[in-house]
Amino acid sequence: MQTEIAPRPVADADAEIKLDARHVNFFYGDFQALEDASLAVQARRITALIGPSGCGKTTFLRIFNRMHDLTPSTRATGEVLLDGHNVLDPDTDVIQLRRQVGMLFQRPNPFPKSIYDNVAYGPHMLGWSKSRINDIVEQSLKDTGLWDEVQNRLRRSALNLSGGQQQRLCLARALAVEPQVILMDEPASALDPIATLRIEELMQDLKKRYTIVIVTHNMQQASRVSDFTAFMLMNQRRAGEVIEFGPTDDIFNRPKESRTEDYITGRFG
Amino acid sequence: MGKGTAERVAPAPLVATSRQRRLISGDDVFRAVAFAAAALILVIAAIFVVALIVPALPAIARFGLGFFIGRTWDPVRTQFGALSAIYGTAVTSVIGLLIAFPIGLAAALFLAEESGVRLLRGPLSFAIELLAGIPSVVIGLFAFFILTPLMRDDVDPFLNHTLGFLPLFQGSPSGYGYLTAGLVLAIMVLPIMTALSRDVIRAVPRALREASLALGATNAETIWSVILPYARVGITGAALLSLGRALGETIAVTMVIGNRNEISASLFASGYTLPSVIANEFTEAVGNVYLGSLFYLGLVLVLITIAVNVLARLLVWRFTGSEPMAT
Amino acid sequence: MSRPLVRIFLDRLVAALIALCVMVAAIPVLVLLLFVVIKGLPGLLTPGFFTDPPHPQGVPGGGVLNAIIGTLEIVGMASLLAVPIGALIGVFLSEYGRNRLGDTVRFISDVLTGLPSIAFGIFGYTVVVLTTHHFSAISASVALAVLMLPVILRATESALMLVPQALREAGLALGAPSWRVTVEIVVPAALGGIVTGALLAIARAAGETAPLLFTAFGNEIVQSNPLQPMGALALTVFRNALSPYQNLQDQAWAAALLLVLLVASANILARLYVRRIQR
Repeated sequence: MQTEIAPRPVADADAEIKLDARHVNFFYGDFQALEDASLAVQARRITALIGPSGCGKTTFLRIFNRMHDLTPSTRATGEVLLDGHNVLDPDTDVIQLRRQVGMLFQRPNPFPKSIYDNVAYGPHMLGWSKSRINDIVEQSLKDTGLWDEVQNRLRRSALNLSGGQQQRLCLARALAVEPQVILMDEPASALDPIATLRIEELMQDLKKRYTIVIVTHNMQQASRVSDFTAFMLMNQRRAGEVIEFGPTDDIFNRPKESRTEDYITGRFG
Repeated sequence: MGKGTAERVAPAPLVATSRQRRLISGDDVFRAVAFAAAALILVIAAIFVVALIVPALPAIARFGLGFFIGRTWDPVRTQFGALSAIYGTAVTSVIGLLIAFPIGLAAALFLAEESGVRLLRGPLSFAIELLAGIPSVVIGLFAFFILTPLMRDDVDPFLNHTLGFLPLFQGSPSGYGYLTAGLVLAIMVLPIMTALSRDVIRAVPRALREASLALGATNAETIWSVILPYARVGITGAALLSLGRALGETIAVTMVIGNRNEISASLFASGYTLPSVIANEFTEAVGNVYLGSLFYLGLVLVLITIAVNVLARLLVWRFTGSEPMAT
Repeated sequence: MSRPLVRIFLDRLVAALIALCVMVAAIPVLVLLLFVVIKGLPGLLTPGFFTDPPHPQGVPGGGVLNAIIGTLEIVGMASLLAVPIGALIGVFLSEYGRNRLGDTVRFISDVLTGLPSIAFGIFGYTVVVLTTHHFSAISASVALAVLMLPVILRATESALMLVPQALREAGLALGAPSWRVTVEIVVPAALGGIVTGALLAIARAAGETAPLLFTAFGNEIVQSNPLQPMGALALTVFRNALSPYQNLQDQAWAAALLLVLLVASANILARLYVRRIQR
């Protein structure tokens, strides 16, 4: 299976590839958690990672913005190209990388600060002017549909918002530093169905401007929102592998791999 | 700011330029400051050791290890020994612990128990915390004016009358002395004994307790045959930590111990403890050897308390798997 | 079949004994506070108690202004030394302390916690008094600062450990350098615990007497020069209690009441702060 080029989504041969993971291996100490994982993420599309729990989806996702650096004694090999530059290169400026590759987490994690300060944190850190920060806060809150709900209480604590509002605030916080890519790690797993729907609608809006990679354990969600889907599975050595990758429609309706089909039909009845 | 915000900003290069890389990053500076602060406490500890030893050197040179067994404390002939102060420290601390141990343990059982009189638990907890916060000089003041007359006129004569056949309770009570000091120490270590034992008893798995009760054991039998055996090590640690606190208590003891350099079998007799000699005689100490002997006593005190505390912490830590919280 | 009766009797007996011990445990603090209030209140309300310097022995009247200024200044300077350093060491322990150095710092902190308070007096005496050849307020502040350090640093460490990892990740994922995440997000989120630890340390330091005996030494004159000997409430209680004059003994009770009120308000402030933060 050691092909030189990562398996590509076939829809459009000329498509711009934003993020290109090639033959990525990942280790926790001696334990290998990912084996030869490749994925070409197309710009301004939504790419979903699905598979049973423990198959390495989240691990794979966190490599894209080097969040794995935070866990001691981990190691990633292979290449993850962002606009042609290898993210895993030791010379990569992780701080610049994370500004370009934003992240939304499983549970809403607003800072214990005001709504305004949450969104302004990133721009403030970049040393932007007051008026530019005001503009970007307003824009980001509008982009996430929060502006009308919170514009009169921007100075109130973000912790008073509902779970769904908190998650959209976290999204606005990520948008405020003007990233190119947004990584979402099961962003709706802690939300109720209505709030989940809200996030999914937002994703459709945002994909016009951003490249989105989403990890989800919910296959209906993947089929609803994504353009491309990668199916991952644990192999005999308990390491995660990308089994099949392609347009979402193909993966769900015409899977090439029997293992994909088993998983999809097993769940879809 | 319109729609295409993301596109209009040119992404910064992902590789730091060589100039940026040469600059020291904020992370490095912050880490250095944090490490410097941590190093500072090591330096303080080192200075502490020196600060305890250096002023004691004249006495160490003069008396050596014989200091520990010397009974004389004679400023006139500059002849000093620590034995009676060590004896006084040991006797008063043991009295304090003997009183505080059962009371603190019982209070802890009461506080840790789910059943029982819930109404009283809050006030008791509050009272114990309140007691822990009272400065020792205030407890000393109370003991000096209120407790000593009570001991002299009522408690000591009663003990002498009933238990006077024991050498411990012979002699004429003045109100000052080992017994009063021990009582004061009991009051002072009660909060720490209670709080630590409560934490240890709470760490006994609830399932064990319920299993015992489900077998038809009474509360008392459960305490005796399940809780106490299980928590034994931790309770021992709590008692040792309390002992460590009692050993070093200075001011309150100085006010009621009587300050006499004697070793007496009677608990009614006046005596000395290690810290009270230092506190009491510091202002009048003249000459290197006299002053040095006071600091030698301090050194002995510190060594004893460290030994007791380290032992206690090991026990409590082994039992609850976490640091003892009371300080 | 008297076994069950014996068992029930024993159970009741143990319950009664525990109840008795509980009462015995609660009594001393109540009696003590009652006496401090009854004997201290008249002196506290005497005109001049707060505003006058002490009178010479045997001369009635006089106040404890020297001691009030002294306690505030000595404890204030000690806090200025101990709170920033202690908090910084706490940050070190939680952010960089999972190693040999961190364990060593924790061990030293535990040992310092267990040391008798008089040992800190000896520390201040050797390090500051002997080198400057002068009893001084600042030597007392140094002694108290070292005494306060372990309380503050352990409180800071545990408060920082309670901050969810998710908050750190959120900051880092925005491209913030880790030091800024620590300073701007993690520390503010833990501020309640840090302030509480600092207030508890201040309460403890304010009540200490033994560390002051050979450092601040005491001073009847009202003065605020940190390089000179200085009075303190705890020293006033100690010395006046042992004096033969009735008016000085009364003053000791009043100073004790004032000291208890000071320490109690620091403790209460700590609790209120925790409540406010939690809300």
